[in-house]
Amino acid sequence: MLAELNELLGAAPERPDAGKFTLLRDTQTDGSFLVHHFLSFYLRAGCKVCFVALLQSFSHYNIVAQKLGVNLAAAKEQGQLVFLEGLQSCLDLLFGEEEQPGQPNPLQFLSGSSPDLRALFDFVRVSLSAAGSWKGPVLLVDDLSVLLSLGAAPVAVLDFIHYCRVCVCCQLKGNIVVLVHSNEDSEDEENELVVNSLCHHSDLILWAEGLATGFCKDVHGQIKIIKRLSLRRAAEQDVVQIYQYKIQDRNVSFFARGLSAAVL
Amino acid sequence: MAAAGGARGRTSFQRRPGAGPRPPALPGTRPALRRGQLLLSSGLPSLDCVLGGGVAVGTLLLIEEDKYGLYSNLLFKYFLAEGIVCGHELFVASAKEHPDNILKELPAPLLDDSHGKELGNEAAAVKSEDLQDSMKIAWRYQNLPKMEVSPTMHTKFGHYYDISKKMSPELCQSVKFHSFYLHEELPFEPKMKTWNMNSGYARLLQSIQRIISQEGFDGSDPQQKQRNVLRIGIQSLGSILWGDDVCCSDTPEDPQSLTKFLYVLRGLLRKSLSACIITMPAHLIQNKAIMERVTNLSDMVVGLESFIGSERETNPLYKDYHGLVHVHQIPRLNSLICDVSDTKDLAFRLKRKQFTIEWVQDNYLRQERNIYPPGFSYLLKQKDSAWGEGSLQHSTFLMSFLAKAAAFASRLVRHSEPREQTGSGRIRQTAELRMWRHGHRQEAPGLLVISA
Repeated sequence: MLAELNELLGAAPERPDAGKFTLLRDTQTDGSFLVHHFLSFYLRAGCKVCFVALLQSFSHYNIVAQKLGVNLAAAKEQGQLVFLEGLQSCLDLLFGEEEQPGQPNPLQFLSGSSPDLRALFDFVRVSLSAAGSWKGPVLLVDDLSVLLSLGAAPVAVLDFIHYCRVCVCCQLKGNIVVLVHSNEDSEDEENELVVNSLCHHSDLILWAEGLATGFCKDVHGQIKIIKRLSLRRAAEQDVVQIYQYKIQDRNVSFFARGLSAAVL
Repeated sequence: MAAAGGARGRTSFQRRPGAGPRPPALPGTRPALRRGQLLLSSGLPSLDCVLGGGVAVGTLLLIEEDKYGLYSNLLFKYFLAEGIVCGHELFVASAKEHPDNILKELPAPLLDDSHGKELGNEAAAVKSEDLQDSMKIAWRYQNLPKMEVSPTMHTKFGHYYDISKKMSPELCQSVKFHSFYLHEELPFEPKMKTWNMNSGYARLLQSIQRIISQEGFDGSDPQQKQRNVLRIGIQSLGSILWGDDVCCSDTPEDPQSLTKFLYVLRGLLRKSLSACIITMPAHLIQNKAIMERVTNLSDMVVGLESFIGSERETNPLYKDYHGLVHVHQIPRLNSLICDVSDTKDLAFRLKRKQFTIEWVQDNYLRQERNIYPPGFSYLLKQKDSAWGEGSLQHSTFLMSFLAKAAAFASRLVRHSEPREQTGSGRIRQTAELRMWRHGHRQEAPGLLVISA
């Protein structure tokens, strides 16, 4: 959990939100520190988290989470964290034995039998419905752009997100946090379609961008926090805040633009 | 060193707190303590510097090939040669050359101490020379670290190779070698389910998975005492020889095969003690969306751009180098930060015996060393140029100011529009000026027209 980011967002682990859809977007830089932040934030807040980790292995998230003060292995044992390791399920699907009829592989769309992400949605629904003694459910996806690379159609990805929103945000009053990659002048039209559509439907957008002037040792990038108040109430304007950040070993420090520690 | 839990072998090793320093259990590896990773050398110590110490076990290094594949092939061979010298197992896959032929062409390692001392003396001489004269113009760069790692033959991490000699067959046979030559393999038979992927790639993945599980690289055999690392090399992935038309057409038939392959490969690498190098002819892939996705699915991406046939071949700034190195991506694994080196303007050069990657000496250092010949316009490159693009400034005013006065006139003649000749000029000068007919330089100045 990054304390400075909590202050900027006005969030606290004691009172997590309900029914919010947060979009994490990165352009020309790696925005995965935001995923680590939200993972440790919701685990600290006592929510039941379903983490669809498509890009990296469990040990990667575990090691970083330990630096941020949360133990993923313990959370998994207690049932607070349901971890879907995309890489492992993919290998099980392609190299493993014939699947059991009761537990279909969540990444079934890879073998081409069904073109949609229904199996993945069923997995999410089943794991978050049984809330138990934990507070509101949270779905965390890292990252959605990989699904397009694996052969899912953009419409299927949007359908999946829509179904998850209805189930998690509206019915179960939980939160969703999704990471996508995007690029200003990207030629990947399918990806841009998904990202733009998600931008229109999110309550909060955290957009991590690399500096336009290039690599800098002291300022690793710029983050735009867009609070989409116009989504709920038509008369209001979106609030946009821009900060710059520097990533350290166990922490990320945020500061106003142009006021990094190296300059002051 | 203890593996971080689980019956399946994890690739990220964590040191138990309180344990004293222990030598690494695996030959040719070095632990990166802060990230809990095990690093391998890529075969080129200067590339190891660029990659933040080396190639981590469980990751993928993607090399975007240069136009004729000459230099990327060298990097490929260095990686494999390093594997042989360290005693790792090799798996080489190719659709272009038979892997046995690739193995015969590996460079010989420089293992004798005398050559090492010679290189060491050279490095020392250069260092002392620098210390003596402090810089006058480029004084901000006085304390910059040197790009090259001084060659110490006594470390077991990172070796030097002599490309003019081939590795001896005895040394090549000393490690276990698995090969995959696409045209000799049996056709793909999916067991029970469809894979929905190019059959060449599917076959390769099956082969890799079979080797990893049979030889115990994924830790499935707890009895195995002597563990080793598997180095996988895949040559020219994505080219037409693999049966994929990603490189020939703008709208390929199956654009997701390549990305699916990389995803499954990542899964295999992460759960085994292996590292992979892939060379890909990225300059042939016209659909840039695919390249973006490929970059996102690889851990380290290094692009080589050679100067052969380009206008930079004659640019005096690059006269010592054979091409540029672009580092497109460095991973952040097991940590929030990544160890990316500060220097961004990298170039490579191929000397008679060695291939090195260096920081391009920028304009200020060249001024310092007074190696700007007068009479040319210069392109100045900033030290930390923008990611992916060079910030080039054409600054003839500055350079001509510094150069000798006679250079000013010669600059006008060579690079700007010639003035209208009213009468018949001298023949020698006319010949030069005629080269600039129609505002651009003519290709065949031999066909001279003497103006009346």
